Amino acid sequence: MPQTLEPLLRGHKFFAGLEPAHLSLIVSCAANEVFPAGSFLFREGEPAQTFYLIREGRLALEIAAPGRGSSVGALVVQTLGEGDVAGFSWLIEPHRWEFDGRVVERVLAVRMDGTCLRDKCEDDPRLGYELMRRFARLAANELQATRLQLLDVYGHAHDR
Amino acid sequence: MARPGWIEPQFWHVSETRQEAPDVVTLGLTPAGRFEFLPGQFNMLYQPGIGEVPISVSGDAADTGHILHTIRDVGPVSHALCALRPGQRVGVRGPYGTSWPLAVAAGGDLVIIAGGIGLPPLRPALYQALGQRERFGRVVLLYGARTPDDLLFTDELSAWRARFDLDVYVTVDAAARGWRGDVGVVPDLVRRAPFDPPHTTAFVVGPEIMMRFTVRALRAAGVTDDRMYLSMERNMQCAVAMCGHCQLGPFLVCRDGPVFGYPQLARWLAIREV
Repeated sequence: MPQTLEPLLRGHKFFAGLEPAHLSLIVSCAANEVFPAGSFLFREGEPAQTFYLIREGRLALEIAAPGRGSSVGALVVQTLGEGDVAGFSWLIEPHRWEFDGRVVERVLAVRMDGTCLRDKCEDDPRLGYELMRRFARLAANELQATRLQLLDVYGHAHDR
Repeated sequence: MARPGWIEPQFWHVSETRQEAPDVVTLGLTPAGRFEFLPGQFNMLYQPGIGEVPISVSGDAADTGHILHTIRDVGPVSHALCALRPGQRVGVRGPYGTSWPLAVAAGGDLVIIAGGIGLPPLRPALYQALGQRERFGRVVLLYGARTPDDLLFTDELSAWRARFDLDVYVTVDAAARGWRGDVGVVPDLVRRAPFDPPHTTAFVVGPEIMMRFTVRALRAAGVTDDRMYLSMERNMQCAVAMCGHCQLGPFLVCRDGPVFGYPQLARWLAIREV
């Protein structure tokens, strides 16, 4: 029997608890990828029709900031590692990447084809609801973390 | 250990100073007499003509001849302390306050979570846990700072990372491209750290906002409230439960803290008027 990527999807935290029938449905949208250190998974402004399940390594979400940060003018907004998901923009028009995704340490990832997934969600609204629920939770966590970063809690003299 | 009442400060000599970060200095002090403390306790450090501030002891409780305090330069007294040089003197009274309950943590996993200048009050607990390593399951350090330049004890962080019996996760809120570590917030480290939540005790110190978010993350991971301990900071002046400046709801931080069990604090933490 030919091997599929279903075990990789099943083993990733993002799809924990997804019904086996739904996993089987979406596996055809998945591809296994390896990215060497220093490479980019995506660049700001490029079309975003994919998202990535990070299996191993470290990915930096960066924004170009000429004159700031390092000599190449980029600031790191967040890093992602094992068990994390990179990419919301496949879900939301105009489907453009908001940041650069630069590989800090070699990344093993499963690339999910957003166009393929959207088609399957149209055909199976229960699958669509389940994916939306998971991405909503992810977005809520990201928003909490971003708010905490914005509060700059370490920068106030009266706090520890 | 009996709680000291009001005592006149003793003057100790500065034996060493170490710049930990642009605005943070560790003072090494030689006690004038016998001095013992428990991890989590603090001393009042005094500069004549300027004032007095509470500073947690940040060194190893087993090293009673060399007492460390790590100080952030945020006001006139701390500025004066940060400017001290070896041979100069500091007024010291203490130790005061409650300590980290390492006995509660024994037999299970211990997660030590520090944000910013919160690491110094936790370092003695980490030293003690590592000195009695066989008493604990996993020992995990989660540490966050504003930027890489604000990380404290960087030499020790590297040494701790190299140990096989300690898991260390470090993150910063923001970094330039040259930083190869994590960027993100401390509560997110709780998600990825390896520990057994039902059998874990957590010690948390940092800005109160960070501690509240961290408690939420610990709860979401399955750590129970009765196994979370926080170190609180308020405007402590007398340290002997007389002036009332450090009041936190029904508590006086100098007497009932700074280390509290989370259930004691839960009701009061989010009330802005307290």
